[in-house]
Amino acid sequence: MNNDRRKVLKSTGGMAVLGLAASAGLFKPGSAWAQGWNKDAFATKNMADTVKAMGGSGAAQSADIVIASPDIAENGAVVPFTISSRLPKTESIALLVEKNPNVLAASFNIPAGTEAGVTTRVKMGQTSNVTALVKADGKFYYTTKEVKVTMGGCGG
Amino acid sequence: MADPMKIRATMAGDKVEVKVLMSHEMETGQRKDSKGAAIPAHFIQNVTATHNGKVVLSAEWGPAVSKNPFLSFKFAGGKPGDKVSITWTDNKGEKRTDEATVS
Repeated sequence: MNNDRRKVLKSTGGMAVLGLAASAGLFKPGSAWAQGWNKDAFATKNMADTVKAMGGSGAAQSADIVIASPDIAENGAVVPFTISSRLPKTESIALLVEKNPNVLAASFNIPAGTEAGVTTRVKMGQTSNVTALVKADGKFYYTTKEVKVTMGGCGG
Repeated sequence: MADPMKIRATMAGDKVEVKVLMSHEMETGQRKDSKGAAIPAHFIQNVTATHNGKVVLSAEWGPAVSKNPFLSFKFAGGKPGDKVSITWTDNKGEKRTDEATVS
């Protein structure tokens, strides 16, 4: 008898905790609709902070990440990038533009079965170093390339 | 409401290559209008691609992604006739889902 009551208490207690956790997650300011949008990471001004906001402590340079893009972009509003990673167990790929107001442009989660390579187009305010940040097997790696911009894509 | 996405999913060897062109202004929030007032940011924050209900790519975007965003990636395990579905959500809570058949 007593035992049953304990079980009931335990399970309802657990449910309440779950409910709390869910509502806490839901009502975080600014993220009501943007579940899974790392607001802190998108507000960072340099790569070290971005890595921290993504839960890492540092990143190592790697030759297994390739950034394919034009060396000179005539129109900074549309600069195409293809980033691919040969690192085993690549989990995510992020693209950072050093001299943009906020460095993080985009981040992609790569589930198993999906090729560790994405192509997209981003805006660049001016000539800048562009960094591909890859999370593989729980660790962060990066590679950097300079892209010259003849006409900026930010501001108006 | 936002215009439909253009999605192309084709077999590339044993993988499915997905190319998506979304229709979105991707306003950064950094620009000012002719009166000097800031134009509020309006951009896609989350993109999710699924194949037969399984997520094959998810992305978080900032306002630095270009207007009318383009995205391309490849995944394994698909075959012609399969459905690939893409959903985006922007910072104003607008949402759009479109589907394509692998050819």
